[in-house]
Amino acid sequence: MKTKKKINSNNLLIMITIIMFIVMYAIGCFVYAGKGFAHVQTFLNLFITNAGLICVACGMTCVMLTGGIDISVGSLIAMDCMILAHGMGVQGWPCIPTIILILVIGVIFGLVQGFLIGYLNIQPFITTMAGMFFARGMTAVICTDQLSITQEQNALFYSWANAKIYLPAFLGYTNNKGKVMTPYVRPTVIIALLVVVVIFIVLKYTKFGRSIYAVGGNETSATMMGLNVKRTKLFAYILSSFLCSIGGICYCLNTMSGSVQQAKGFEMDAIASSVIGGTRLTGGVVNVIGSRFGVMINGTINTLVTTNGKLLSSWANIATAALLCFFIILQSVFAYFKNRNN
Amino acid sequence: MKNLKKVTKQQLFLPIFCLFLVLLVNLFKDPSFFGISINNGVLYGRIIDVLNRGSEIAILAVGQTLVVAVSAGTDISVGSVMSLAACGTCMVLAGFGVNTTSTIQVPLIIGILFGVALGGLCGAFNGALVAKLKIQPMVATLILYTAARAIGLLFCNNQITYIRYEPYKYLGNFLPGCPIPTPIFVTIAVIIVVMLFLKKTALGTYIQSVGINSRAAKIAGLNSDMICFMCYLICGICAGMAGMVASSRIYCADSNNIGLNYELDAILAVALGGNSLGGGRFNMTGSIIGAYTIQAITTTLLAMGVSTDQAPVVKAIIVILIVVVQSPVFKSWLGKRQAKRLALSKEAA
Amino acid sequence: MENDELITMRDITKTFPGVIALDHAQLTLRKGEIHALMGENGAGKSTIIKCLTGVYDRDSGEVHMEGVEGNINCHSTEDAQKIGIATVYQEVNLCPNLTVAENLFIGREPRTKAGFIDWKQMNRNAKKVMDGLEISIDVTQTLENYSIAIQQMVAIARAVDRDCRALILDEPTSSLDDKEVEKLFRVMRQLRDKGVGIIFVTHFLEQVYEVCDRITVMRNGAFVGEYTVAELPRVKLVAAMLGKDFDDLAAIKNETMASADGEVLLVCDGMSHKGTIKPFNFKIRKGEVVGITGLLGSGRSEMVRCIYGADKSQSGKETMKGEELKIKAPIDSIRKGMGYLPDDRKADGCIGDLSVRENIILALQARQGMFHTIPRAKQNEIADEFIRELSIKTPSRETALKQLSGGNQQKVIIARWLATHPDLLILDEPTRGIDIGTKTEIQKMILKLAGEGMSVIFISSEIEEMLRTCSRMCVMRDGEKVGEIDHELTQENVMKAIAGGDN
Repeated sequence: MKTKKKINSNNLLIMITIIMFIVMYAIGCFVYAGKGFAHVQTFLNLFITNAGLICVACGMTCVMLTGGIDISVGSLIAMDCMILAHGMGVQGWPCIPTIILILVIGVIFGLVQGFLIGYLNIQPFITTMAGMFFARGMTAVICTDQLSITQEQNALFYSWANAKIYLPAFLGYTNNKGKVMTPYVRPTVIIALLVVVVIFIVLKYTKFGRSIYAVGGNETSATMMGLNVKRTKLFAYILSSFLCSIGGICYCLNTMSGSVQQAKGFEMDAIASSVIGGTRLTGGVVNVIGSRFGVMINGTINTLVTTNGKLLSSWANIATAALLCFFIILQSVFAYFKNRNN
Repeated sequence: MKNLKKVTKQQLFLPIFCLFLVLLVNLFKDPSFFGISINNGVLYGRIIDVLNRGSEIAILAVGQTLVVAVSAGTDISVGSVMSLAACGTCMVLAGFGVNTTSTIQVPLIIGILFGVALGGLCGAFNGALVAKLKIQPMVATLILYTAARAIGLLFCNNQITYIRYEPYKYLGNFLPGCPIPTPIFVTIAVIIVVMLFLKKTALGTYIQSVGINSRAAKIAGLNSDMICFMCYLICGICAGMAGMVASSRIYCADSNNIGLNYELDAILAVALGGNSLGGGRFNMTGSIIGAYTIQAITTTLLAMGVSTDQAPVVKAIIVILIVVVQSPVFKSWLGKRQAKRLALSKEAA
Repeated sequence: MENDELITMRDITKTFPGVIALDHAQLTLRKGEIHALMGENGAGKSTIIKCLTGVYDRDSGEVHMEGVEGNINCHSTEDAQKIGIATVYQEVNLCPNLTVAENLFIGREPRTKAGFIDWKQMNRNAKKVMDGLEISIDVTQTLENYSIAIQQMVAIARAVDRDCRALILDEPTSSLDDKEVEKLFRVMRQLRDKGVGIIFVTHFLEQVYEVCDRITVMRNGAFVGEYTVAELPRVKLVAAMLGKDFDDLAAIKNETMASADGEVLLVCDGMSHKGTIKPFNFKIRKGEVVGITGLLGSGRSEMVRCIYGADKSQSGKETMKGEELKIKAPIDSIRKGMGYLPDDRKADGCIGDLSVRENIILALQARQGMFHTIPRAKQNEIADEFIRELSIKTPSRETALKQLSGGNQQKVIIARWLATHPDLLILDEPTRGIDIGTKTEIQKMILKLAGEGMSVIFISSEIEEMLRTCSRMCVMRDGEKVGEIDHELTQENVMKAIAGGDN
């Protein structure tokens, strides 16, 4: 009896999230009915535009699970995009090696941050904030202009970016010219969903995944139980930066460009997505599926704002921040009641 | 040798040493760094530039020092709050949606007070989240880090609002007939007010007590939550002031660029000032010297042809170096190495 | 001689900088017994256990275990675990966000052929382990859904499942209620019957007599004696734990104290704090020194915290000088003229990085309010006065408090409260961990203050000390005030009262 009640309160946040998403999307369908909000494609576009965010949020989830945070992700994406754009666009590097380079950079970046946090016990926030400014600065060091990748520069990358994977036709609709529009997704969506599945398996079924949980639950206990806390943290940050690099590639496939200003505030979106999706800020509790809903809510906010057309784009930022604030306060209130009951 | 150790143990050693180092580099690279001349009745020169441009960082560092001391966390929203305050002021002065104006709608002082009050409001918001709801400082301030700049954009209707009203420029440039840039005076005024406040009231002791051991402070009769809240409030007000100066400099509210990357500078100033980012004891003088050191670094970098966008690379590395040197793990490692070497030399003897 | 001896520790010595924590201590654990390890704070219980489990390295001494060759020297809890010594601490060292099964098996999870964690197998195994202890719970639920008692049980299950022959329980019952304790005891008895040797550290006498077979008593880092439960009645046990280190200080007892007819200063009526102290009544007169006695964990500290407002009282009322108090935070009670020296000096008292001067004036400053700063000259004067009066040994008044020795730190905190000239001074264990000379000074000081009209509530683990200073004593047991002794204050009477029970 008693346990049942507690489980409910634990999952309540995620319930709120899912309901919020459905309500938000329903409002969108209702208000912007004429603008195709109800089409399957609009829903799929949520995934397409947010493929990068899904990857990054997965990494963020792992880091937040240990009780840390990684605010360098936005800048790291900007750096990745810039390297891709500069490497393939200006220098004429081939596609595959450049992508491998990006992934290696991600791992090294995570290695440094993870070492500072795990082994030197420096606050995650300070470390990743330095990382954030470092990566953003490096972006400017590479090039201060806005670069774009064109078909002439790198045909392979271009073809990936424009590839469409069609879904069964019955999900489609007929547009006003009488042509049947078959819904499609981009390869990035497949990558993102793959990442989600892999992370889900890693967190649930591997020793490393469970160690991350244990570290977030109680660091002292984890040490007492013979787990290597420092190494776990190190790998969590490496994973975050690595996934961030994958996210960066997805992001670049969407935008096909690189600039210093790119992906500003992305860390906020990733953190907000995780928190809205039920990740506890103090660590230890996470819901991989919930985080997807977090991303979807984020995407819906953006879509709502852009569909409206009249609203300033900064409304999206404010709404995200407000949502984050709301959920943080909810968490804090829940924790308070839980303590009082105990 | 012993004297040297004594000197390096002083808290102010780090900031002064760094400042000295930066100046030394400049002396060798380009002695004209130290040249001061008078053009059009105002002072010119790199040094003046450092003092002038460093004003915002110094003001922010004052507030940030208190926040770090009391909560062992940092307020990363200061840059965005600066921008918000500037936008608020320009909106009030120009009227909503006005792109450029040469007449102001309300008295200048009301506009400025509004901006500072906005800063204070943001500080209060952060303070409430940290002190009352016990949310980690950096997560709490992350909310405004994103939102404040966006709200600023709303205030200015997504454009850059210009106030082409002469007195508005005074705050960030020169008072008529005065050769010294006004921001220097503003900074001195802020520093004096805060220093006096700390000296004349017991707030300084309170803040340190809460920062070192908030449980003991509570038992000794201090209202820990309230004190923590006040620090964030002061930090917000400081950010508001800095926003005023920055906005007046360019007589407009450029929401996207005012206060950009200043949070890093402010935190770096505190760390460079020899203050531990772990909270507790603080030294305001150190932070202020730290602030000018950073400005000197920035100016030097700019003089060397590094762009504003690129400068954070260097600063990020400095931050990491400082926190690594400060970290207990590194210190104990160093201690062990020293002990080992001592033992080795003893054995050799 | 006895071949059922499982672990023997002989002549264990352990020193920390400046302190001898263990002085040739010994401990013998036999197979299939529950062995209580008793002693007041600082007796060295935790230290000897930590030496056994590898948390500390001992300086000297021998440890032997049946079935293991030679002198054992564990360097980590893992080492100890390998030879079959497991420990369960007061704070549950498990991860609340993981399931029960995982907590049992983390670090050695069953894997499938592909190398992934085999959850089904793990849950099955976990169920088996918990059933073995006759605890039927859903092992797939996260641990935080269960009470502390169950969590404690899971910790024990984790320990014993790893082929453990000796189980150490370090104050496992301090946060459990009676029913939960009963469950725990059942598990302990089961394990004993299987031949596991259990070392049980606790402060609750009742529990010792209920479940234990043998008792080892320690005091001041040394071995006092080993007894079977039957041969050691409660009073004797308390006497052995508290010791009778009579010193030459008995002479300080003041004849003029016990102003039993002075005006009443403070009356507490039915105050309580949920989970720590049951409703109590209390009264103190002007110039009176009242002792609160009881073993550690009996609620003596909790009672004064409640009076002072460090823990907000949830019932009853508090009246001081005829005026009802409304205390929301400590500052309210300071304003009304109270001072409180907490027992945990490091966590609740010292502000280590601040100077001696700042530490001394802190409470006075807090009472005056932020805007009424005490002028620096006045601060210096106050600090110097107390440094002289309490003979605080410090290089200067600007030295950081953390650089002082424990006794001097304590004096600084006392000075902090004396500077506010309180009407009621609460001293919780002011003499713990400080040298004998300073102890006497503090006792003398208490009597002097009382002579000047200050009321003092005094808590100490050393009965002698309280007998010398107090005119009346309140006796606490298991979170409840069980009585008061105001005449015939003798060691025997007090110990009987503390021990309770029939014998």
